Amino acid sequence: MTEAGYNFAYLDEATKRMIRRAILKAVAIPGHQIPFGAREMPLPYGWGTGGIQVTASILGPQDVLKVIDQGADDTTNAVSIRRFFTRVAGIATTDATGEASIIQTRHRIPEKPLTENQILVYQVPQPEPLFKLEPHRAETRRIHALADYGLMHVRLYEDIARLGHIAKAYDYPVMVNERYLMSPSPIPAFDNPKMHQMAALQLFGAGREKRIYAVPPYTPVRSLDFEDHPFRPIRAPHACAICGSRTSYLDELITNDAGGRAFICSDTDYCQERQEAPKAAAE
Amino acid sequence: MTQMTPGFADRVLDAQASFRAILEAMSRPGRVQCIEARLSPPAPLCTAAAAALLALADADTPLWHDAGEAAADWLRFHCGAPITGIIKDARFVLACGAAPSLDAPDIGTDEDPQLGATLILQVAGLVAGEGWRLTGPGIQHEHRLRVLGAPADFVAAWARNQALFPRGVDVLLCAGDNIAALPRSVMMAEG
Amino acid sequence: MYVAVKGGEKAISAAHAWLDETRRGDTTLPELSVAQIEQQMALAVDRVMAEGSCHDRFLAALAIKQAKGDLIEAAFLLRAYRTTLPRFGASAPLETSSMRLRRRISATYKELPGGQVLGPTFDYTHRLLDFALAAEGRDAPATPEAPADTSDVPRVTEFLAREGLMQRESMAETEPGDLTREPLSFPAPRPVRLQNLARGDEGFLLALGYSTQRGYGNSHPFVGEIRVGHIGVEITPPELGFAIDIGDIGITECQMVNQFKGSRTEPAQFTRGYGLVFGHGERRAMSMALVDRGLRARELGEDADAPAQQEEFVLYHSDNIEATGFVEHLKLPHYVDFQSELENLRTIRRAAEAELREAAE
Repeated sequence: MTEAGYNFAYLDEATKRMIRRAILKAVAIPGHQIPFGAREMPLPYGWGTGGIQVTASILGPQDVLKVIDQGADDTTNAVSIRRFFTRVAGIATTDATGEASIIQTRHRIPEKPLTENQILVYQVPQPEPLFKLEPHRAETRRIHALADYGLMHVRLYEDIARLGHIAKAYDYPVMVNERYLMSPSPIPAFDNPKMHQMAALQLFGAGREKRIYAVPPYTPVRSLDFEDHPFRPIRAPHACAICGSRTSYLDELITNDAGGRAFICSDTDYCQERQEAPKAAAE
Repeated sequence: MTQMTPGFADRVLDAQASFRAILEAMSRPGRVQCIEARLSPPAPLCTAAAAALLALADADTPLWHDAGEAAADWLRFHCGAPITGIIKDARFVLACGAAPSLDAPDIGTDEDPQLGATLILQVAGLVAGEGWRLTGPGIQHEHRLRVLGAPADFVAAWARNQALFPRGVDVLLCAGDNIAALPRSVMMAEG
Repeated sequence: MYVAVKGGEKAISAAHAWLDETRRGDTTLPELSVAQIEQQMALAVDRVMAEGSCHDRFLAALAIKQAKGDLIEAAFLLRAYRTTLPRFGASAPLETSSMRLRRRISATYKELPGGQVLGPTFDYTHRLLDFALAAEGRDAPATPEAPADTSDVPRVTEFLAREGLMQRESMAETEPGDLTREPLSFPAPRPVRLQNLARGDEGFLLALGYSTQRGYGNSHPFVGEIRVGHIGVEITPPELGFAIDIGDIGITECQMVNQFKGSRTEPAQFTRGYGLVFGHGERRAMSMALVDRGLRARELGEDADAPAQQEEFVLYHSDNIEATGFVEHLKLPHYVDFQSELENLRTIRRAAEAELREAAE
């Protein structure tokens, strides 16, 4: 049952229509940030209000929702957002990536490839990929209009000159369909290649900054790089201490104060599935 | 005076389901989606076009149309969208008869391309898997779409719209309860 | 083998239960009622209504109680409630010359029609802790009251405007924008700027206003007038076609008089900085007026390089609900990105060390 006194999925219908119109334009203009009249949500700005508004606007009773933060379903903010949707929309939730029709995420893309029947909703703190180089939004709008991204190339090249490689570890800028420079949200650069030609629709919501953008399915997404310094996804060179994966993105844990470390999968559902797979095979 | 037919039976969930069909259509250009909401809008409005407007249009989105008085009354009552006679002012353009030229509505600006209007074109039929060859975002290899009753010279008109990118209009093609979309990013060749 | 820790859901429930307990504090003491907060923490209620952008004393007091007295948290609660309310329409502009005044002062004239009314103010109190207040049960004696003056009190700036010495404001022909429905875009029209400032963080406005007095932005302000009191709000329902009074709200209005050197097209005259806020909020209204004038620099052809004159900077950072959310979001786990940074740093250091070794060999 949903929370008394509130509309299905919390937002009123006029707000949903406004957001839905923004989403459709975002899909039609891949990578372009659409300004929208973001509402105050009962969760703080910066804690996923953009993603929540996008999810609330697309969600229906048939959907199965998965919410992750840092790749995990059990992180406190993911729990809080999942509880919010259970309260206000009464929908089914899951931890299993394969069972979800909508996945709202902060900072990760699941390891398991997504399908055409899924929508990935990213929580975005800062939609403007150029914000550290040019804080004035009036100016960055002009830059996007002209597709004049020399500024970003110079910034990346300075890294190479100084450090020998591009030192951006997360929120690594991408070109969408070779037209718009886009922030992939603060996912680790490791996840960037998953955005390219993804079968699922990718929607991005920035509540505080009041922007929505999208990458349609099967759309080219290229991490910015240079011919002599190709993009390299970064991951800790270890195996997961639980499932043994050598290809998944790992969290580093400090296990004692004598320098003890362990590495485990950041994607908890992926890790769980790998732990269960040998058991299933044995049965 | 004739009785006005109702809008969505469930204004929340029918709007949501219709939107998801449109979102799916827009995300995978050329694939034909079905609107499940049961509607009996006044002629000449078809179910898909009516559902699209109920789901998306309201007091904030001026509407230009050629659908006649009964349809206008119905849309005004159920959507609350202000009707405009100036096509450049419209956020939604509904064409049941001869389609207006694709550059007649607002096409947005380079800084605000999202201001480009959405055209809802009613056509005679939509058949996936044959006809036009569509490529671009949302399409893995190629989608094919045959539009029965498509405006004349549409492929050439579309190429001009597509060349304006990121400016331009987006098109929803509606036939009965079927809907397919042509976002401005999609490229089209004769089949 | 390592076993991952779970239990986020349980931790959240327990934390919330603990929060409820600490809100109540010592249960041997009587619980604060919402009415007590509304009456006895009236200025906190006013601030929460202003920053929460919703005029409702009861809800603001409730929010203060729920937020344990954290006023930004209270304003956030009120905003989140406000956003779910239907919008019925826009009120007619307030005619503040007809407001019922509790306080009205001008720093630019010794005497003026309507007079100087000191009202209930901290001004001229000696800031000595009043230990008598610690002894409860002592009600303040009633202050003698003059019969209410119901005549209109003209605004100070109007006297100057009649003489041609104060720039007249131009009436907007279109309905003012509403940033609760449309995101900011730049350049922002003045009504949108004023809306933004009216609900902006008091501390932020105060600091910016203060900076204009210290040389960051060339302002020479005089308090033309501050007025505090109540005023009726009218709306015109489309089905009626005439205005009806929907109730009174408390407001504070401040008009700052600023010098303007004039330009080729305009003679030298005074210009206005304007502040209008819910409730009794003089500091907020004055700061708003200073910042409003600062933000007019460009339209008046002045240099606009001080912080208080930079529209994007001011308007994007004034909202404490947005600001606190984003600052506090740093508490959320960021270990995925941090891990990527760690690996990155290790790679850079390995490369540098290898280079050093090579050089040494």
